[in-house]
Amino acid sequence: MDSTAKKLWANASVRFGVLVLGFMLLMGLAAPWLGTVDPASMDYNQVNTAAGTSDVFVNADGDEIEHTFWFGTDHFGRDIYSRVVYGARVSLMVAVSAAVLALLFGSVIGMLSGYFRAFDMALMRIMDGLMAIPAILLAIALVAALGANVATVVVAIAVPEIPRVSRLVRSLVLTLREEPFVEAARALATPTPVILWRHILPNAMAPLIVQGTFVAASAVLLEAILSFLGLGLPPDIPTWGNIMAEGRVQFSEFPGNVLYPACFLVPTVLALNLLGDGLRDVLDPKFAKRGA
Amino acid sequence: MLNFLVRRVLAVVPVLLVVSLVVFLILRLAPGDPAAVIAGNSATNADIEQIRAALNLDRPLPVQYGLWLADVVRGDLGYSYFLNLPVTTLVEQRVEPTLALALGTLVFAVLLAVPLGTLAAWRMGGWLDRALSVLSVAGFSVPVFVVGYVLIYFFAMQLDWLPVQGYRSFAESSLWDWARQLLMPWFALGIIYIALIARVTRASVSEALTEDYIRTARAKGLGESAVLLRHALANAAVPIVTVIGIGVALLIGGVVVTETVFAIPGLGSFTVDAVLNRDFPVIQGLVLLFAVCYVVVNLLIDLSYLVLDPRIRY
Repeated sequence: MDSTAKKLWANASVRFGVLVLGFMLLMGLAAPWLGTVDPASMDYNQVNTAAGTSDVFVNADGDEIEHTFWFGTDHFGRDIYSRVVYGARVSLMVAVSAAVLALLFGSVIGMLSGYFRAFDMALMRIMDGLMAIPAILLAIALVAALGANVATVVVAIAVPEIPRVSRLVRSLVLTLREEPFVEAARALATPTPVILWRHILPNAMAPLIVQGTFVAASAVLLEAILSFLGLGLPPDIPTWGNIMAEGRVQFSEFPGNVLYPACFLVPTVLALNLLGDGLRDVLDPKFAKRGA
Repeated sequence: MLNFLVRRVLAVVPVLLVVSLVVFLILRLAPGDPAAVIAGNSATNADIEQIRAALNLDRPLPVQYGLWLADVVRGDLGYSYFLNLPVTTLVEQRVEPTLALALGTLVFAVLLAVPLGTLAAWRMGGWLDRALSVLSVAGFSVPVFVVGYVLIYFFAMQLDWLPVQGYRSFAESSLWDWARQLLMPWFALGIIYIALIARVTRASVSEALTEDYIRTARAKGLGESAVLLRHALANAAVPIVTVIGIGVALLIGGVVVTETVFAIPGLGSFTVDAVLNRDFPVIQGLVLLFAVCYVVVNLLIDLSYLVLDPRIRY
């Protein structure tokens, strides 16, 4: 273990974040072996079964499975425990993809406008415009325009985050480009793309990782909100937001359908936020005051 | 001064132009032919052509944008595909609950968060400070709708203290009933906003408290409350007011979700319905309206710096 990793592990927020996220990730990966049944299968003899009941579940292939419905079933007769466990896969994958996409585009835009003054004015005005539309609304409008499937939902979640990332990267580049090592590289006739890739980007990495963690946190939330409003991924795909959206119609009789997935969603977002705080304190003390 | 006002107001124009362009393109990106949607299933091709010409949909894209923008500037947001009424009329019908929800949350959140943040800064490391820092991380991590449903579960279903859902307008209910139905929505929507404002208030007041003028104020025997309010908080006002403005974006996004959870027939739930019905003029109108509100609020806040901080002279 090198010293950075040691310092990171010494931070309680980082430890909490890593452990909770690790748990959610492993749970998602190991979903088939955690006593789950097919999350999309509906058994019409098991509609709204109470939590904790052990009974026979008949899946879509007609197999009869001895099964304990830890969290009960929904009004289609699907096992909520299985849906929640499998939901971790989709929710995490969508969030991570959206965060990576936002970081990628945000970094490129931020580097272009920070390093090449000619692009700055136009790009930053566009980013200002995008930032003027509240994130949830922009995502909703994009889903309305593009339709809802995994790719479009990822894009819809990523786009509202791009301006924030690009502004961060731009501000970093504006300081970094005046540093002596960049001046030296320029004096040695290093091609500009190489300067950006080898000298600017590595120095912007720490704040970017921190920002990426916060972007992932809001991506998990945004995915859940879109699904909850019925505007996210198609309802047969198990995501935490979708499970809650389906539970909404009969919340007064079966509040568990909304509350069980929430018990996984909330710790995940909390873990990402705390991980971001912790990473910032350790990796990026200079920028710690900048805030989220 | 006048120069500053003019420049600051003009700076809003490019932002609003980009917003309008994004909103316009979203409609154009959408698959499907609006003329065919309006004409309905039984329309002939000639009908569709006629509608297309009437809506200028046969013109080149930049011309369409120009014509649309000219209408928008004159306050014409077009007709709803689905409800066949002007978007502005539909907005007027639904604006009251949204204003009640959003403004109520704003007032409630500021009244709660600013004193809490100030007290936390005053006794940094104390129990209130620690509780607040836990709450503010939690506030950012719990989605509005989860807070909403947990509140409904306890206060409406278990304890039966508050009505579950719905909204009765101010005119047709007593002040008490009107406020009672909004208590849970205000709180659900307010949590993330309170977390944000309290966090910034704490940071900015605690910074002000380290200044020399605070020591001077204490040295001349001023009471703690006067030190906190007249010196620390007054000097910390600019960042706090700024974040109140930035947080309006969270508030607007949250309105959409909160209205859905509590079945409030306002502009937020209208937005969701419009997306489900693929009613693009309504989506455009609402997104534009919300974005303009956000930009105008932040413009007013920028201008308020002149009052809040006499040192700022542009």
